[in-house]
Amino acid sequence: MADTGYLSGVHADLSLTVDGRRHELTVDTRTTVLDALREHLDITSAKKGCDHGQCGACTVLLDGRRTLSCLSLAVAHDGSEVTTADGLGADGALHPLQEAFLAHDAYQCGYCTPGQICSAVGMLEEAAAGHPSVVTSDLGADLTAGVDLDRTEIAERMSGNLCRCGAYAHIVDAVDEVAHREVAR
Amino acid sequence: MKPFAYERPDDAQGAVATVSADPDAAFLAGGTNLVDHLRLGLATPSTLVDVTGLTSTEITDAPDGGLSIGAGVRNADLAADERVRARYPVLAQAMLAGASGQLRNMATTGGNLLQRTRCAYFQDLTTPCNKRQPGSGCSALEGWARHHAVLGATHEPADVACVATHPSDMAVALAVLDAQVRVLGAEGERSIPLSTLHRLPGGEPSRDTVLAHGELVTAVDLPPSPIAARSTYYKVRDRASFAFALVSVAAAIEVVGDTITDARLALGGVAHKPWRATAAEEALVGAPPTDDTFRAAARAELVDARPVESPRGGTAFKLPLVTAAVTAALRGLAGGEEHA
Amino acid sequence: MTLTPHAMGTAMPRPEGPEKVRGRAPYAFEHPAAEPLYLFPVQAAIPRGRVTAIDTSAADALDGVVLVLTPETAPRLSDAIDPDHGVLQSAQVHQYGQYVAAVVATTSETAREAADLVRVTYAQEPHVAALDEDSSELYGPDTLVTGAPADDTRGDPDAALAGAAVTVRATYRTPMEHHEPMEPHTTVAVWEGERLVVHEATQAVSWTRQALAGAFGLAEDDVDVVAPHVGGGFGSKGGTHPNTVLTALVARAVPGRTVKYALTRQQMFDLVGYRPATIQHVALGADADGRLTAITHDVVEQSSRIQEFVEPTAAFSRGMYEAGARRTTHRVAPLDIGVPTYMRAPGEAPGSFGAECAMDELAGALGVDPIELRVRNEPEVDPEQGLPYSSRNLVACLRRGAERFDWSRRDPTPRSRLVDGWWHGTGVAAASFPVVRFPGSEARVRAARNGALGNGAGAPRYVVEIAASDIGQGAWAALTAIAADALDVPVERIDLAIGDTAFGSASPAGGSSGTTSWGAAITEAAERFRDKYGDDPDDGDEADATTPDNPWAAEYAMHAYGAHFAEVAVHADTGEIRVPRMLGVFAAGRIVNPLTARSQFLGGMTMGLSAALHEESVLDDRFGHVVNRDFAGYHIATCADVGRMDVEWLDEDDPYVNPMGSKGIGEIGIVGAAAAIANAAHHATGVRVRSLPITLDAFL
Repeated sequence: MADTGYLSGVHADLSLTVDGRRHELTVDTRTTVLDALREHLDITSAKKGCDHGQCGACTVLLDGRRTLSCLSLAVAHDGSEVTTADGLGADGALHPLQEAFLAHDAYQCGYCTPGQICSAVGMLEEAAAGHPSVVTSDLGADLTAGVDLDRTEIAERMSGNLCRCGAYAHIVDAVDEVAHREVAR
Repeated sequence: MKPFAYERPDDAQGAVATVSADPDAAFLAGGTNLVDHLRLGLATPSTLVDVTGLTSTEITDAPDGGLSIGAGVRNADLAADERVRARYPVLAQAMLAGASGQLRNMATTGGNLLQRTRCAYFQDLTTPCNKRQPGSGCSALEGWARHHAVLGATHEPADVACVATHPSDMAVALAVLDAQVRVLGAEGERSIPLSTLHRLPGGEPSRDTVLAHGELVTAVDLPPSPIAARSTYYKVRDRASFAFALVSVAAAIEVVGDTITDARLALGGVAHKPWRATAAEEALVGAPPTDDTFRAAARAELVDARPVESPRGGTAFKLPLVTAAVTAALRGLAGGEEHA
Repeated sequence: MTLTPHAMGTAMPRPEGPEKVRGRAPYAFEHPAAEPLYLFPVQAAIPRGRVTAIDTSAADALDGVVLVLTPETAPRLSDAIDPDHGVLQSAQVHQYGQYVAAVVATTSETAREAADLVRVTYAQEPHVAALDEDSSELYGPDTLVTGAPADDTRGDPDAALAGAAVTVRATYRTPMEHHEPMEPHTTVAVWEGERLVVHEATQAVSWTRQALAGAFGLAEDDVDVVAPHVGGGFGSKGGTHPNTVLTALVARAVPGRTVKYALTRQQMFDLVGYRPATIQHVALGADADGRLTAITHDVVEQSSRIQEFVEPTAAFSRGMYEAGARRTTHRVAPLDIGVPTYMRAPGEAPGSFGAECAMDELAGALGVDPIELRVRNEPEVDPEQGLPYSSRNLVACLRRGAERFDWSRRDPTPRSRLVDGWWHGTGVAAASFPVVRFPGSEARVRAARNGALGNGAGAPRYVVEIAASDIGQGAWAALTAIAADALDVPVERIDLAIGDTAFGSASPAGGSSGTTSWGAAITEAAERFRDKYGDDPDDGDEADATTPDNPWAAEYAMHAYGAHFAEVAVHADTGEIRVPRMLGVFAAGRIVNPLTARSQFLGGMTMGLSAALHEESVLDDRFGHVVNRDFAGYHIATCADVGRMDVEWLDEDDPYVNPMGSKGIGEIGIVGAAAAIANAAHHATGVRVRSLPITLDAFL
């Protein structure tokens, strides 16, 4: 619009592989992974709830770990693999956690739900890898076989994902079912 | 948000050189605090220098029996490390008491240390704040100050007053562990005690740490600490999880018979920096491990305390809370069961 | 008519569920548009005064900026609109955060950067933003927001109190609270000629259409509002707020271009309503047997100077218990802040805190069990209306909850149970919420035998259209079940369509009224359809209906009831407070969908817990704004704050409320929950906390 020569923003070319599909894009250095998904790639599974890392609605798996995409600058994640809730299931099927969320009605409005589910997937892997939480009873124990998740553990580990509809009790039910199904397996 | 250039130098020296040469450049690590502040308009760098991968992501055994933690180690990985859990439980607990699982996966050791102090008015560009806009005044003094300081704050004069607190849980544990912070600057590497990394606001509240612009935290060294095997972190907050501390206590004690023979104590949520409670430590050593001792030690630390007396929510409640939290934490370590 | 339940009463997963768990169900912002523009506003940094100058030159100069609108350049709106809908129409500033300019740009980053570059100069005027019950500006409004009289006095309550054997007088305070649905308020607007098409995060597409048509002087038919999925609302997305008008206004200046605006979380604390703070003076008088002789509930509460909103705080006390004399009053402080609005159980939620804590205090003063006290004051007929109840099962809820919560073994002595360093206690509170039916929802039933939806010669499918909204309460499932039973077909044969003004007018998802209002309309349309076409209609046969009046409305008082039980633990040293256990027992008519209904009750209880322990919007009256304006500052409960939480409902057959026999369940879960927790905290510690939220400072 103006001829001041001041070009707004610094731009960068990068690639992101989202839910198994590689995308090349040019974004402003200020663009977050979340906005790259939602505003550039029309991939809207990850939600914007607070844009400041305080609600968890934007949670995706970034190179395998649960991450807040609203605090991740896209330019800093060139070449990364992003998995949203839409990419969790194999061959178009729902992931077991998604099935459990449906069966337990572990959501109401659904807006925090994709983030809850990505968070739960990442959290179960963390627990299996022996990551403790602040409520793990014996932090000095050998955790190489994984941490058994009771309801208190699940609730603590899911507390980075706010749900204003108040579905927490059902969320814990759903995650608990899958956690113990996986342990049994 | 102001536009910024993004750079990814080949090594830490290059990153330090770039930022040192440009007063408007800033380091980017996990981004959990910086991106937040970019969006608030609180940080306005013209260049971001990404140090991801430029500092160590390893935790290594040091020759002296301690541990060396690379600045790039993610908070979640530090908390999960079995050596940290076994030898420095206070550190593992503090890490796990902080933030959320997602944030701990992102935030780095170096970045956690260098997160800014917290205050709602600091974050709000429409209100006066001496830290953000030197000389403009402190809105918290008569404002919402529930999370603010009781120790070491600057209440006057008005143009430098600051009662903000440092929010890191990790740093409180590191303070009690006598950690050293390795820093790379344009002039080379130096090592400084964690307890002197962060500063009190004094007359210059805009500065949170003693680091010069362009200095990069590369590692944190933990000395061997037998006493740390019996250590704990007690965090009191307004929610059961995912909340900043109102008050936190990092503590380690050694008890022989009926006497405390050694003690380490640090407080979080009470000052502009992690607060090593040396007066309390002195009061503990040589005393019996009883509630009376613990309370007396906490009160000794609070002799010079000055709460924020705000009509809109001050910090007077933190004085009894510090005493209560110290007592609860130390009683737990001593294995006692007395109660208030 | 009364429906025979087949689908109703059967657990039905949400039909939209698979899309929601994948994140594919589209919320407003996610509506695809070719080359959308992004709006970012400039907000007033003063609470009251006048904009004297706006310098947009730096913003205009940015590449990517399409337009900067100010009060001087903005298109004109109709005058006949809500006071806070007149965005960019004048230089007057009536609240902090008010829109004073707006930028649209080709990227969201540029829009925000440009908004930061707009320089605004103000002439500030004196303001008042503190709720002060001694303020000379307090006034007595005529009516509550519900339309009921603001004040109501029966008998001589002061004389009754003076003569009572036992009295309790106390002042309770509840804070300003914000709804903060996870999906921020969002508008996506485009003008297609003289038609305005809006995708909106709204609980009420019809109300949004009405507000926008009014603002722009359009016929309602020229405005389309679409909202198939809404990420929570709790009241804030009921009314239309300035953000919606602003987006449509900006879009008008760039015809044919889609403009997107999602509020930042911080902006959510400025412009889209809140629950006002209340100060409640409650007095209860009782005879020696614990029979209430007087109830007074006198309220002072906050509102906005530019638009009155009277929270119906004391209305709860008008119908809950029998009492010889009763007074309920409301006084309002008009402040220079944004306009309050309905928030989940407006009135009942804050009012039940005062009223149900006072009952607990009276029980203590009398030495009577708090459940027994409530049973002794159970009315025969509704004390407010003088009508018999269509059904009232509060006592049954209390008794059933007591059984499940092992109440009979409770030692009533406060501060008597210390377990592992935590004081434990239990508490109870009662809940009620009226059965609300809004008029005017239009429902249409159409047979589909051919085409995409039909199946040729097989059994017919039925398209059921209504401009209802699903904000998470489960309308997609519940209305499908109601339609199936109304048409006497399996749910698989129903194709429900909601959330679009193309389907006509409908009342909002609010007041726990949706299932009643929309369900009655669908039932009526289905009845007409079957009368006209029988069970073997032709493709395209259709019938419609509008929500009928309830013929029993003047005959019976209609409310849902419930009883909350809470266990509270308070740390003996630090005062940290936890709620390890909650139980809610409800009597709310027929439960249409047990699966989603449980979530509704749990959700209300969880929000009640959150209000009890966490929520407080801190209004810094010096600046006139909420300072804890994000999720790090404004705490809502996390997963870890919720312990064991159980819900049960009683079978209740109520033929008078509506054809489904259902009562609203969206709000009753929050009513009384905070009181139960406060009562339990008192039992745990002996400390009576009369101000929300209950934080550890109270116990130090």
